[in-house]
Amino acid sequence: MLGPFLETLIGGLLTGVLYSLVALGFVLIFKASGVFNFAQGAMVLFAALTVARLAGEIDNKEVHLANFVVAAAILGVALALVGWYCWREYVARGSGAPERRKIQMLAALGAIVGGGAAWLYGKGAWPMWLAIAATAAIMGLLAYAIERLVLRHLVNQEGIILFMATLGIAYFLDGFGQTLWGSDIYTINLGLPKDPIFLLEGVFPGGLLVDPGDLVAAVIAAALVVVLAIFFQTTRVGRALRAVADDHAAAQSVGIPLKTIWLIVWTVSGFVALAAGLIWGAKLGVQFSISLIALKALPVLILGGFTSVPGAIVGGLIIGAGEKLSEVFLAPILIRAFDLAGGGIENWFAYVLALVFLLFRPQGLFGERIIERV
Amino acid sequence: MFYREAGQFKTDYAADQQIFPILQDRLFVLAVIAVAFLAVPALASPYLYTEILIPFLILSLAAIGLNILVGYCGQVSLGTGGFMAVGAYAAYNLWLRVPELNNLIVVFLFGGLMAAAVGILFGIPSLRIKGFYLAVATLASQFFLDWMFARVKWLTNHTPSGSVAVGHLEVFGWHIDTPADRYLLILGIVVVATVVAKNLVRGHIGRSWMAIRDMDIAAEIIGFRPLRTKLTAFAVSSFFIGVAGAMWGFLRLGSWEPLAFDINRSFQILFMVIIGGLGSLLGSFLGAAFIVLVPIVLNQLPGWLGVRMSTALLSHLEFMVFGAMIVFFLIVEPHGLARLWSVAKEKLRLWPFPH
Repeated sequence: MLGPFLETLIGGLLTGVLYSLVALGFVLIFKASGVFNFAQGAMVLFAALTVARLAGEIDNKEVHLANFVVAAAILGVALALVGWYCWREYVARGSGAPERRKIQMLAALGAIVGGGAAWLYGKGAWPMWLAIAATAAIMGLLAYAIERLVLRHLVNQEGIILFMATLGIAYFLDGFGQTLWGSDIYTINLGLPKDPIFLLEGVFPGGLLVDPGDLVAAVIAAALVVVLAIFFQTTRVGRALRAVADDHAAAQSVGIPLKTIWLIVWTVSGFVALAAGLIWGAKLGVQFSISLIALKALPVLILGGFTSVPGAIVGGLIIGAGEKLSEVFLAPILIRAFDLAGGGIENWFAYVLALVFLLFRPQGLFGERIIERV
Repeated sequence: MFYREAGQFKTDYAADQQIFPILQDRLFVLAVIAVAFLAVPALASPYLYTEILIPFLILSLAAIGLNILVGYCGQVSLGTGGFMAVGAYAAYNLWLRVPELNNLIVVFLFGGLMAAAVGILFGIPSLRIKGFYLAVATLASQFFLDWMFARVKWLTNHTPSGSVAVGHLEVFGWHIDTPADRYLLILGIVVVATVVAKNLVRGHIGRSWMAIRDMDIAAEIIGFRPLRTKLTAFAVSSFFIGVAGAMWGFLRLGSWEPLAFDINRSFQILFMVIIGGLGSLLGSFLGAAFIVLVPIVLNQLPGWLGVRMSTALLSHLEFMVFGAMIVFFLIVEPHGLARLWSVAKEKLRLWPFPH
């Protein structure tokens, strides 16, 4: 009895780590800007689609459009870098326009890089590292576009309006990604081992069956969390991020540029989405249903607290384990008791579990205490 | 020039407290209702009924229900689809198991009441959980109810995957067969429900909801009981949503499965409320019109322009444009279409002498 229990538990915990990876993207953005970003799932899908199509074999069907857009995107990133560079130059000097020549040269460089990338894309599949790097650039560009086109216009609006706006972004991204890259099911091959391995064969008869892909994914997720924690705790930018999370106005008044910070936060959560997309895509194949894992990450989020990175991890583990255990051990009981047509209780069990926790701690396990005054 | 309240003196409290104090507003609303009841049935085609008017009216009612909860009481809910499903399946069960009672009004009322009961149940956590935590927690109701109607066999009369069908509908001996019959029945119910909702939100209950919305602790201190106020909001809201769900199943679809009331339905109705305007009944209608019409227009547009596209590409583009329009509207007018309407009315009062 203990063997199957442990096996389910381990499987659940490993899946839970993947949930927390998605939840992490939510937490980063909510902490720094108070935006409940429903588009995180769409960002995961978009990143996964981009990687899969850049690294995958090309069919001739949609290559022209995609070609063009990739070139445009990389060009855009290059131009954004130029803009950023000029801005820094401008600030450093205090006055006066940046040198025109430099801008022109950088723009030309961007065009060459973009054109080269497009040409390379037309030639065939990219190596995985290049595809991932290009996707990271595209996610950065996306973050910039979202900040510039949407969030900047919605400063000081109520939370629900911002939430609805991100829902609109999610619709847009779902459509955009599939228009661009097509809506078939693609694969991402990260070279992860596929054969299941057995642990502790001496202790249990037959050992414990563990999927090594999950194990690698969990390690990657853990590493990502450590990197993020170091980034938040020790770097200058991380300190600025924490300051903004504490109090927007106070941070701004000591000279932290809010817009830059938001851009960084959205870019980082874009990278987190890329990591989640890679792992989920390698596990399940890249398809539309990936954007629905955002719904799996939400109970993790409320369980751990909207504002806590460790909360996202612990919440993910609890939800992952609870979900699998309930499906294996609780569902048969329910089916017998209520004459059900099959189980599938994991869809709502996570939410009910989170709800029960919330009744005792309304701000989640690790969330900031909500203090209300009149 | 014609829209002036000058000269309209009120001589008693009743006149001062009526819903539309300005004569022109009253006439306009009466004209709209008259056109809806009399002129539309004479002109409309079956396509117009089934694809535009019927969805518009039913979803308006659902939006009014959600607006009571989100716009008036400030409790964000993402479980609308689940409550619509409760209304639809409760109505189905009454219709199926008590065949002598083949009267849609009674059936719909039962659906609404059951939805209200379930709404109260899922509203209880709102006493402790607030803001986005509550919004996500209401997703629990959405997923649980979806699952329940797909799996619990008794509720769906042992049909596979919860798909059910209805037929031979009647209201007090009036057979509901043609789209025009359905339209008139829905219109009647929606008009009555809107009048009820309007009177609720401008009365004592509505004011207590708004007090809770604006600051619940302050409202509690001046003597509104949060328990009762929040739960009445959940109950009334779920009642309207349940009736809308029952009508959606019986009169729009005819045969349906739980998928008709999935989470996308919840988002759709929340969009209507936000785009239309939080805390405005007119906004619920405007938002519903917007959300019903935009996909239809987007779908037909390439055909009108003579552009040929594959259906997959078309549906993806539709997603894109829809998402972009949502964002655009939120940026241009975060207070919704109802605010645009009231701004237009203000301008009209002064026109043609704006100073």
